[in-house]
Amino acid sequence: MTHEERPEATGPERHLSARELDRFNECVLPYLDAAHNLARYLLRDGHEAEDAVQDAFLRAIRYFDGFRGGDGRAWLLSIVRNTCFTRLRDRSASRENVEFVEEIHTTGEESPGPDVELERKAATQSVREGLDRLAAEFREVLVLRELEGLSYKEIAQVSGVPIGTVMSRLARGRKQLLGALRPKAPEEKG
Amino acid sequence: MKCEEVAERLSAFQDDELDPVTSREIERHLDGCASCAEALGRMMELSERLREEAPYYRAPDSLRARVSQAAWSGASRGRATARPRMGVRGRGWLAAAAAVLAVAGGTWIFSSLQGQAGFASIEREVVSSHVRSLMANHLMDVASTDQHTVKPWFNGKLDFSPPVTDFAASGYPLIGGRLDYLRGHSVAALVYQRRQHVINVFVWPDERATGAAGAPRTLQGYHVIHETHAGTTYWIVSDLNPEELSAFAKLLVAALR
Repeated sequence: MTHEERPEATGPERHLSARELDRFNECVLPYLDAAHNLARYLLRDGHEAEDAVQDAFLRAIRYFDGFRGGDGRAWLLSIVRNTCFTRLRDRSASRENVEFVEEIHTTGEESPGPDVELERKAATQSVREGLDRLAAEFREVLVLRELEGLSYKEIAQVSGVPIGTVMSRLARGRKQLLGALRPKAPEEKG
Repeated sequence: MKCEEVAERLSAFQDDELDPVTSREIERHLDGCASCAEALGRMMELSERLREEAPYYRAPDSLRARVSQAAWSGASRGRATARPRMGVRGRGWLAAAAAVLAVAGGTWIFSSLQGQAGFASIEREVVSSHVRSLMANHLMDVASTDQHTVKPWFNGKLDFSPPVTDFAASGYPLIGGRLDYLRGHSVAALVYQRRQHVINVFVWPDERATGAAGAPRTLQGYHVIHETHAGTTYWIVSDLNPEELSAFAKLLVAALR
């Protein structure tokens, strides 16, 4: 396999001036949690997510002069998602391509137990599991929309795709996720 | 509009991302179509479940510390020629602190504490110091749970004597202290612990700082409380939840009286 060229990874270290550091701390650092959450859902692995976020921050520091104010969250998240997708590509190049399979397998039937607490836990699991089974592009838009509350315009900025694509990915992602979660529906009504 | 066309747009309709004309058309359709209305209901329920049940993976403290350190060390190295004594890794700053003390003599005052802007920037520095202190080998210069060991340790290192009290009995044990460096001055940092959370209390004399212990403020995910008492200012910083941090601040102030 061939590694994609990433010249920025070996670029010269950049230093933030005191003023830049203040701006960085104000405009970018507050979105560390959002960055980590997105990476965690995209990569589905705690350690890899931490590594990717750290990488992404190093790039953000290196290219901070490219940040012209405005939306620090979208700027940071786009770096994070690019870092994650590069890792997913590297990963799928080295083993079977599982990330871009768009079909999802519905969860197996689970018999509703009498323990309500247990049921709730099982339901939580399945929302996360349902998300995990979606293709990365769909996980991305769902996390950005539902967990971060981003507008379509902001999601388009983060993902680097047109708003129409965001719209259709969300629609398809939701449809697939609903399909995956259908076995749980009767519990919700009961 | 036909059901298929509506179905395609329901997701964006729910997100309020359609143009007003299309939105109204869909509303009209939904009024007369039970199955599309039900589909919308399922989609709204899905969003609710995602928000309520899907875990939100906050960044672990170790990652937060690494990332802040990366930004900060880039910055400090950039300033290295201007301020060679600001080295954080080594112990060079101890000598620097001593030098500053020798020059400053007497009691120094944080002149910029006056304005709100200065206040906010101290707050930021305090949080940065807290984050730096979480780096390996930088949390404590004197590790002791004994206030009678920690307090004398500051003798001769600072031109004031920080009050040191252990709150182990209330669940906030003192674990040590160190000299820290803020705005070009050395200050006392007392280190407490609450479960796995570290609390830094930065202490320095400031005749002009006044009371107003407000609610904890949040900065970069850390909570900060400012207290003053008898010409001394206290900055309390931790990732501990605001309620318990406030309780700690109350203990601290009560011990000063």
